[in-house]
Order: sequence, then C-alpha cells, then structure tokens
Amino acid sequence: MYLLRRAWAEMRNEILVLPSRTLVLVWVVGLLLLPLAYDDAYVLRILTMTCIFAIFAASWDLLAGYTGQVNFGHALFFGAGAYGSALASLKLGVSPWLTIWLGAAVAALFGYLSGYLCLRLRGSYLSLATLAFPLIGLGLLFAFPDFSGGELGVSGLQRLIVGPTANYYLACVSMLVVVFGLWLIADSRFGIVLHAIRDDEVAARASGINTPRYKLAVFALSAAAAGFSGALLAHYLRVAGPSTLEVALSFQVVIWGIFGGVATIYGPVVAVFILYPLTEWLGSFRHFGELRLLIFAVIVLLVLLFMPRGLTPWVRDRVEAQCPRCKQRNSVWRKICRLCGAPLQAQVARAERLVGHQ
Amino acid sequence: MLQDILVTGLVNGGVYALLAIGFSLIFGVARIVNIAHTAFYMLAAYCFYTLLTRFNVGFALAGVLSVLGVTLLSLVCYRLVIEPVREHESAVLISTIALGLIFQELMLAAYGGNFLGVPSTIEGVMRVGGVSIPYQRLLILAVAAVMLIATWFFLYRTRVGLAIRATANDLEVANLMGMNVHRMAMVTVAFSVGLAAIAGVVATPVTAVHPFMWLDPLVTMLAIVVLGGLGSLKGSIIGALIIAYVEAITVFTLPEGAHLKGAVALGIMVAVLLARPEGLFGVAFEEER
Repeated sequence: MYLLRRAWAEMRNEILVLPSRTLVLVWVVGLLLLPLAYDDAYVLRILTMTCIFAIFAASWDLLAGYTGQVNFGHALFFGAGAYGSALASLKLGVSPWLTIWLGAAVAALFGYLSGYLCLRLRGSYLSLATLAFPLIGLGLLFAFPDFSGGELGVSGLQRLIVGPTANYYLACVSMLVVVFGLWLIADSRFGIVLHAIRDDEVAARASGINTPRYKLAVFALSAAAAGFSGALLAHYLRVAGPSTLEVALSFQVVIWGIFGGVATIYGPVVAVFILYPLTEWLGSFRHFGELRLLIFAVIVLLVLLFMPRGLTPWVRDRVEAQCPRCKQRNSVWRKICRLCGAPLQAQVARAERLVGHQ
Repeated sequence: MLQDILVTGLVNGGVYALLAIGFSLIFGVARIVNIAHTAFYMLAAYCFYTLLTRFNVGFALAGVLSVLGVTLLSLVCYRLVIEPVREHESAVLISTIALGLIFQELMLAAYGGNFLGVPSTIEGVMRVGGVSIPYQRLLILAVAAVMLIATWFFLYRTRVGLAIRATANDLEVANLMGMNVHRMAMVTVAFSVGLAAIAGVVATPVTAVHPFMWLDPLVTMLAIVVLGGLGSLKGSIIGALIIAYVEAITVFTLPEGAHLKGAVALGIMVAVLLARPEGLFGVAFEEER
C-alpha cells in the first residue's frame, strides 16, 4: 500500500505535471495494451514494423543528432545486422535468439570500422562519404551471389516467436527497452560529451576529451542498435534482402530523424510512429497506392516549411515553457513555476525559450 | 578493349563532370547539399523524351526547351521550398531529398516504370584506330567540353562569376561588400541545374530514361565531389575522370564488373579520403567562424 501511494505520488509530481511526459506515458501504456483491445493481424503487423524501424531511427539520432556525425549510410548497419544474423542462423544453425545479438555485434564492428574511416572527416564530407559505405556493401553482395543470395537475399529464416501478438510484444518491448536505453545514454555524462563534440570539437578536445575514442564508441553503439533492429526485421520477415542496404532506406532514416526533431531520441521515434503507418495506410487505397511515396514526400516538405526544427520541438514549445529563473520546464498554462515559484510571464518565457534553443 | 576503356571513360567522365561541377557550385555558394541535383538531370531527360517523341519538335529545339524548362523549375523549387528554411541546414537537406522523391514519383505516375529509349541525335559511327565510336558519344564529349570551358569562362572572366566565387569564399564579407548573396545563390542554382539539365539531354540517347535513373549518378556524383574536394572546379573535373576511368576499367576487365563498378569507384573515394580528408584539391578544413 505504501509502495502504491509512493508510486502515485511520483507519478503525479514527476510525470503528470508536464504534458510531454504525460503523452509519453499514455503512448507507452497504449502500445502495451493495444493487442488486448484490438488484435487485427494487419494492424499488429504494421505496428511491429513501426517498432523495429523506431529503434533504427533512434539509433541514427544518437549518432547524427547528438554527436553531429550526420550519417547518410545508416542502412549499412541495418543491413549488417540483418545479414549477419540471417547467415549465422541459416548456415550455422544457431537459434535466432542468439544470432540477433551476433547481428548486433557484426553491425557494431562495421560501425567501428566506418567510424574509424570517418574520424578525420567533418560535416558534409562525412555525410557524403558515409553514403558510399552501404553501396560498397551492396555491390559486394551482388558480386558474390553464392554467399549472399544476390537479389533474392537470404530467405527461409526462423521467426523468433510464432503468432502476431507475440511478435508484436517482442518488437514493442525491445523497442521500449532500446529507446529508453539510448535516451538514458544520451542524457548521461556520455551524452553531454557527445553534445560537446557536436557543438565544438576543438573546444571539446581542448577540455581534455578524447574525441576520437568517443566518436568510435558512439559509432559502434549506434550501429549495434541499428543492427539489432535489422536482425529483428530479418527474423520477423524471415528474409534478409538487399533492400536493407539501399540508398532509399538511408534517406528514409534521415527523413524520419529530421522530421521528428534531431538530438531528442524520442523525436525520430514519434516520426516513425506517424510516418510509417501513414504510408502503409495510404498504400492500402488503390488509387493512392502508387502515389504514397509522393504524398509522403509532400507531407514532409509541408511540415518542414512550418516547423523547420522538426515536429517534436515544435509541439513541445506549444505545450511547455521554460521557467525564466530555474530553467525547469513547466506546462504552458501555469502562472507560476512548479519548482521555484517564479512568475511565468508569457513574454519573458518566450524570450527565454529563444535563448534556450540557441 | 583498351580503346573501349579510353572512350567510355572519357565520355562518362564528361557527363559526370557536368553534374559534379554544378553540385559543387551550389554547395560552395549556397551551402546546400542538393540531393535533388540529379533528379533535375532525370527531369531534363524526360522532358527531352516527351518533346522529341510526343510532340515531334526537332532535336535542337527540344534540347533548348528542356534545359530552359528544368532551370526555371529549379528556380521555382528554390523559392518555394528551400528559401523559407534556409537557416535550418537539416531542413534544407531533407527538403532536397523530398524534392528528389517527389520528382521520381511524379515521373513514375506519369510515365510508368518502363525504360524509355530516345533515338540518337546523330546516327553513324566514326572509326579511329580500329575502334568504332558512335557520333552520339562524340557529341556528348563535345558538349561536355564546351560547357566546361563555358563554365570556366563564366566563373573566371565575368563579374557575376567573380561575385559567385567571392560568395563561395566568404559569404559574410561578400554580403558586406554589397553583393546580393541571395541573388547570387539563385544565379548559382539556375546555372548549376542548367548544367545538369544539359548533361541529361545529351546523355539520354545512350542511357535509358526511367524514374530511378537519378540514383546511380547521384551516388557517383557525390563520390566525385568528395574525391575532388568540395567547391573545387579542377577537383570536380579530375575526380570525374578518375571515377569514370575506374568504372570503365572495372566493367571491362573484371568478371561481375557491372555489379562491382560502383563498389570499386566508391572504394577509391574512401581510400583517397583516408589519405587526404579534404579531397584531392579541396582546401584544408578551417574552423567555421
């Protein structure tokens, strides 16, 4: 009883006071309860894919948003995870429960390698050079079809669990764990160092931070998360094909990340949860089916014209304001700050908000 | 085989150079990583195809009209889509990706995914030293050479070119010296997309027209630009020739070469980057002020 009361107090004081946290809570509970209320196989399938891609998008954000290493070839890690896990489970006959970790490890290795190649590159050079990596991999896959299956990919994989609901819960829980983990990492001391590297690498080095080591670590970490999602997808679809390495997927994750708002972790996840089901839903109409990518691109373009920093920062600025004195966030309809009691005047708050985002 | 390699490398190198110079200029002057650059190349190809086969206008008129039309379209896109979000680098980036996708899907909806062929502008072949070179390839080469010289003239011998180079060098100081940097950005976009459109028009007869034809040259172009050094005219031309020759050698000498040509070319790029991170002719990095 005490624990319950304690939990309720925590919830009221820490979560319900802020609209954004309330939204996250509603979303998590909604995701977990959804199959109980509505277990249509098609909807669950789409949401499973959404969850898997959400891991992928969040891992991109750790690398590109936090560390500023805007990676245009993130599909390499996804594909490395998918192929690594698929080949291991098919050729060696190991249980997929083990090989998804192997896939993540292979992806982390690739992440370390491409991070090593990119250490001296910055800004646009890095983006354009990383775009090449998955294409080199794709060329090799096509050149050695005996090993990789060529165009068809590696098929005939086992699923991790049988049944749509079980698969949904698997993807959903792994998504929540990985995304929450990434968010914790991004919020820790490690994440602060990453922020420093993005904002001014020379200053970070001058402060005694071993930036190459941090960059390699974040490349490997982000690649491992991406490879994990790739392995999950390969075992869910029971095939690891060359589409996991295509330019389109690399661009897709960039669009998700920037659409949702970079350097937030939750932003890309939100973007995937909006954009992926939307494109699938549009694809289910006969007339829209051919045009769904077109509509997708137009929506992205229009949203960006009005919210150039991405969707979640825009929404967050609408529902929350920063206290001018203690810099804590408050819901926008409060008159005084919930922590220090300073008056939250609209104008002061708006000015602070501008400063706070510089 | 040696002659084949020489000719193919030179012709492809010309087309790649036209694309890479434009991309490099837009990046240098306006700081836009224009992913949609080769999509304009694709649009010009479609435009040329339509004017030629559906409306039966002559080759010259069709070419001029498609280049002008695509250039105009690029200006409209710049004003409507890029200009409002110029301050947000990442937003500009995905705006150009979205533009490329939109063009691809529009063409897919309008023409379907088939490979469309365009008849050669000039028929016939020329025999040089035992190898037969179609006149079409010679035309591509000639147009590329003329356009490269014209670009050099424009950039280094005109006042607008001077302003463009000044803006690329230092945007703020150029602005303080009274240059209209926004107009410079627009001129650069129009000029660069014009180059891409010309490349699209002359290269269509030797490559098929289809909605996904922008992706392959996009990657090659990015590799060339990174290899040669962003913002360097000389680097773009030499990078284009290097990549084109590497591709030609791979295709003609290795088994499975057609699959590997991209991988080998990109591998060369990565190798150069390891040795010289700023590309062959790029300026070494300085901290942004």
